[in-house]
Amino acid sequence: MIAIVDYGIGNLRSIAKALERLGKTVEVTNDPERLGAAEAVILPGVGSFGEAMDNMEKSQIVPVLRRMFDDGKPILGICLGLQLLFERSQEAPKKKGLALIPGEVRKLPPTTKVPHMGWNRIYFKRQAPLIENIPQGRFFYFAHSFYVLPEDESCVVGICNYNVTIPVVVNVGNLWGVQFHPEKSATWGMKFLENWVRSIDSNASYSSD
Amino acid sequence: MLAKRIIPCLDVKEGRVVKGVHFENLRDVGDPVELAKRYEEEGADELVFLDITASYEQREIMIHVAEKVAEVLTIPFTVGGGIGSVEHVSKLLKAGADKVSINTQAVLNPNLITELAERFGSQCVVVAIDVKRTWDRITSRSYWEVFINGGRTPTGKDAVAWAQQVERLGAGEILLTSMDTDGTQSGYDISLTRKIAEKVKIPVIASGGAGKLEHLAAVLQEGKADAALVASIFHYRHYTIPEAKAFLRKRGIPVRMED
Repeated sequence: MIAIVDYGIGNLRSIAKALERLGKTVEVTNDPERLGAAEAVILPGVGSFGEAMDNMEKSQIVPVLRRMFDDGKPILGICLGLQLLFERSQEAPKKKGLALIPGEVRKLPPTTKVPHMGWNRIYFKRQAPLIENIPQGRFFYFAHSFYVLPEDESCVVGICNYNVTIPVVVNVGNLWGVQFHPEKSATWGMKFLENWVRSIDSNASYSSD
Repeated sequence: MLAKRIIPCLDVKEGRVVKGVHFENLRDVGDPVELAKRYEEEGADELVFLDITASYEQREIMIHVAEKVAEVLTIPFTVGGGIGSVEHVSKLLKAGADKVSINTQAVLNPNLITELAERFGSQCVVVAIDVKRTWDRITSRSYWEVFINGGRTPTGKDAVAWAQQVERLGAGEILLTSMDTDGTQSGYDISLTRKIAEKVKIPVIASGGAGKLEHLAAVLQEGKADAALVASIFHYRHYTIPEAKAFLRKRGIPVRMED
């Protein structure tokens, strides 16, 4: 079962449907026990940084997520879900993030249209299992006003240019974050999710050996 | 570079897609789920569903349409028409819509824009603005006036000032319809679109008047729109989306196409 963390806001149906189409059982939850029982976790991309952290703190799932990260359980953050992995965000300066990846989240510079809304090409800096069979320069769908700035650049797998260079695929161990919405990115987005699901399955068979 | 978006618009009445001129003389053009799937396969970047009846009892029909559309789509879609409360928006987003578009209620209660942006994020709040060139007797000048209630009620509001205000209030996008050109297939209102696109930092979707591919190119280049809303020319198969995108690409406009 894949748990989709419920911050109590917005559209979680699209990501749930996408994973179901790939043959996965999905549960939308904010219950710490259900989350702990999941084989993998999605931090979805809806809402705002402050409100999402508030909701996760209230439902006491922050320590569960940290433990799952330490245990090497597959976690995928999408859009806001990627931003939540970092220490802090200009969107809610007083709020602490999950801090699984050192670094911060900044507002996109006003020299360009904000939100960064629509389809943009992404480029990979290195090979990784989740981007297998996705060529360079494909279009993915974005809808965000903030972007992540990791302290250690080596975790950045993919980038996109929108006046600034935006890290859009980030990876530490079995933790992945993407700034685009794979569930809204047509063929290539589904290919990415398919790769993620396959990596969960191989992770599971590896651990059970 | 960010691609310019081509967004088919589906006007929905009683669960069916319809099309008219100047919001009147409606013709049935198909089933929303079938059309949605076909447009995604052809390469639409996004879809907009406008509930053009939007009477109270028909809201449930639209939520149901959103649910069915969300089952088949892997591109974003917006739902608009008769939306006036946080609860209604919450239902539509839970049904699987990615954005909502508000129009009349945004004018009557501008705080709604801020409430929605704070709760769901600006990226899912589209403010639709219906505009008509109007003669102001007092100043003896024409201006772009905002209309509400499906284009039936003039507000006396200046469209450019209203666009800037909705941006300040937290809108993530503006869906700008020229009532003068809507349904005429004589081209978008380039000067209106350009004026507003230059005055705001949020993306502007131009709507009303597409008849030829040339019109799309004009509103995306001279009109500085970030996206073009298209209805008749795709619904009636005058052109396909791949034809439109190939045309735009030849003109040097960045579009999402497989290389």
